[in-house]
This record gives sequence, structure tokens and C-alpha cells, in this order.
Amino acid sequence: MTADPVSSDPTLPGSTDQQVRRHVEQVMGMPISLALRGPHADTAEGRDAWAESLAVLRDVDRVFSTYRPDSFVSRMRRGEVDAADGPAEVREVLALAELARCRSEGAFDVDRVPGGFDPSGVVKGWAVERAALGLRRLADTDFCLSAGGDMVCHLAHPDDPTAKAWRVGVEHPTDRTRLVAVVPVRRGAVATSGLAHRGGHVVDARTGEVPGHVASVTVVGSDLTWADIDATSAFAQGPDAARWLSHQYDRHAVVVWADGRAEVVRGWV
Amino acid sequence: MAKIVTWFMSTLTAVVLLFGYHTSTSGAVTATPAVIGTTTAGTSSSSSSSGTTSSAGSGSGSDDTGSSSTGSGSTSSDSAGTVTGAAVDTRYGPVQVEVTTDDSGSITDVQVVQYPANDHKDIEINSYALPVLIQETIDAQSADIDMVSGATYTSQGYIGSLQDALDQL
Repeated sequence: MTADPVSSDPTLPGSTDQQVRRHVEQVMGMPISLALRGPHADTAEGRDAWAESLAVLRDVDRVFSTYRPDSFVSRMRRGEVDAADGPAEVREVLALAELARCRSEGAFDVDRVPGGFDPSGVVKGWAVERAALGLRRLADTDFCLSAGGDMVCHLAHPDDPTAKAWRVGVEHPTDRTRLVAVVPVRRGAVATSGLAHRGGHVVDARTGEVPGHVASVTVVGSDLTWADIDATSAFAQGPDAARWLSHQYDRHAVVVWADGRAEVVRGWV
Repeated sequence: MAKIVTWFMSTLTAVVLLFGYHTSTSGAVTATPAVIGTTTAGTSSSSSSSGTTSSAGSGSGSDDTGSSSTGSGSTSSDSAGTVTGAAVDTRYGPVQVEVTTDDSGSITDVQVVQYPANDHKDIEINSYALPVLIQETIDAQSADIDMVSGATYTSQGYIGSLQDALDQL
């Protein structure tokens, strides 16, 4: 917002006045948005990296989608197969899920999602992190890759003071024309959990109840796997969301309460 | 009281360690003995104790660096209260913590009441700055944002959203 005079000088390396190239595709039932900035924003290499990101997400969808009857996870849900028989990625996600359950003291539990076992809450951030790997290899090129509102942001040279941070708007949970906050991100991830858009999806696994008092939780951290998990973990804890987040290391958060009040939570840094 | 001071110093040291840890590429402790040496306990609104060795990381099991450094303190008296430590200068600015205990002497809360200022140094520590709250209504065009974070959009819900507008820029 406050561009210092240096950063707008186009003669300097890493200048901010670079065109942002945007792409969007629908995968896994949600929009995947990419913003690219820098020398590979419009090269074949840049387009290949974007295609690779989409391919990674489609592969994840084939294994983990609960909407596809033939996915491995759907077959697990029907009791036809066991995790031990599946791809290594399934065991990796289940290990993350177990960590998430412990960290949240049982509030977030993929075995206690309405409708039974459902690892979707762990899969998304993890999948987007994987999908971003190819984009990270684009020389001198910045990107922001979002899957339905959860994103990985990357500056090729984050320590260059003239490089412009990605600015992420945090949507108001009930009024989609408004933002409640803006987060400048040089390298990191932003994830939001809430009831909007998908109905009462998240419950506190300890009670089976939809959490009260909280309308949305946005977590800003270094990687999307855990930003996403922690957003869901905090949301599931309802009134304890902000307190729990304030004790997490290396992340910040915005909690919007049911009464519309927004609160910034600064974690341990 | 001496034990409380000792406990405090270990807590404050842990905070210093946390700050030091984050920027150190090796993960080694960067807080200097001088910083720890100037640490003193500040006001004590009532006597407090920590019969349990609750950690500054609050038992969520995630703060490896913090909890391992803070489990050393315990005192003997039993009463509830809140104790605020003196501000400690770290290389990023002053840090101050407040500890709340209940009747049984268990620590019920540890709050950092003063952080280093959120200035450019923050960017050096973090690759992501603290979120900035917005009071007024703004739309996608005037917000100067690159992406929108919100509860998961479905493909259908995306149409007409702020992100949809941004993607068409």
C-alpha cells in the first residue's frame, strides 16, 4: 500500500512495475488461480510450469477425491481397501492428519468428519504446496497460486527490498464484496476456513457440533500444508480459536467472530 | 520470590530464544548472554507459583523450541494471580510476557504483552507481515490486492467473486 519511492523506479532490478500474468482453471471442483510476475510470466517455461501444477492437482484429485467413487479414498471410505494398500501419498496425508489431531487436541479429526472418514481438510493445502514446486523453479519469477482461496505466495528474491510483496485480501465471511484484512506476503501461505461457500462442513470432532462464535479463521504461515490445517483446527475450536492460534509458532491469523468483529492474532515468531 | 524470578528468567529467555531462533539459519541460539543477563522480573501483582511445569507453548505440542526451554521452573506457594515480567530488549526490540496462574498454582495462560514494533525489521524476520485490518468497505478494483483468501470457493461460487474479478485483470 505504501510503495516507497525506490520500489517504483523501473530501472532498478526487481522493479515492481512488472506485468502480472493470470491464469485460472477449474480443478477438483474449485477454481485454481495463478498470478505470475517476472521473466517467465509469459514464456513457454512458465506455461509448462502452470500445466504441471494443474497435472499435480488432477493426480491428487484422482486419489483423494470424495466426489469420485473410483478414488482410493472413496474406496477406503467404503471399506474396500486399507491405507497400507494405497499409494505412499495416502500414508503421508494420514500421518499429517494424525499430527493435526494431536495438535488440535482432537478438535480436527479426519475420522470424525460428518459422513465418516474424510481427509479432504488435510489434502488441499498439502496438494497446493506440491503443485507449487514446479513454479518455484522458474528463475527470477514471482508467483501466487491459489486453490479456492488458499494460496502459496512466492517472491524469487524475497530479500530484495524493491521486490513487491503479494497482497492477499482476506474476504469477509458473510459479505463477499468486502475484505476484512490485507496481508503482504513475500514468501508464505494464506489459508481460510469458514462456513461460507460450502455449508456447515467443519465440526469440532470432540462434540460433533458445528463450532459457534467464529465465522472464519485465516492463517498466514510459511507453508500452506500447515496454514490450511491450522485454519481448520482453529475454526473447529470455535470460541478458543484465537487463543489456540496465539500459541502456535511461526504464523499469524485473522479471526472473524460471528458478531462480525475481526481480530488479528499474532503467533510466536 | 527468588524462584519466581528464576522462573521468569527462564521464560523470558525462552522468548528471547524464540526470537533468536527464527532468523538463525543454523537454528542455533543467537541470544547473547548479555541479553539474558539484563533480564529481571518486573512487577508481581501477587505471589504466584507453578506447581506444574506448563510450557510457554501452552501444551499444544507444537512449539518445540519454546517448551523445551521453559519446563525448568517450579515454586512452592499456591495462589492465583498474574505476573508481568520486565520488558527485555532483544535484537528485534522489547519483549514482555505475562503469566497467569490459577488457585492450584497451575499456569493457565502465558501472554506476550509487548512485541517488537511491526516495522521493516518484521519483514526481515518474517516473509509475511502481520495482517492489516480494514474498516471500510472496499471492492476488488480499489483494494490493490493480488489474490483473495476466503472459505473454500466451489467452482460455482467463484463466479462473480472478488477472485473472479482479479483473475480477469
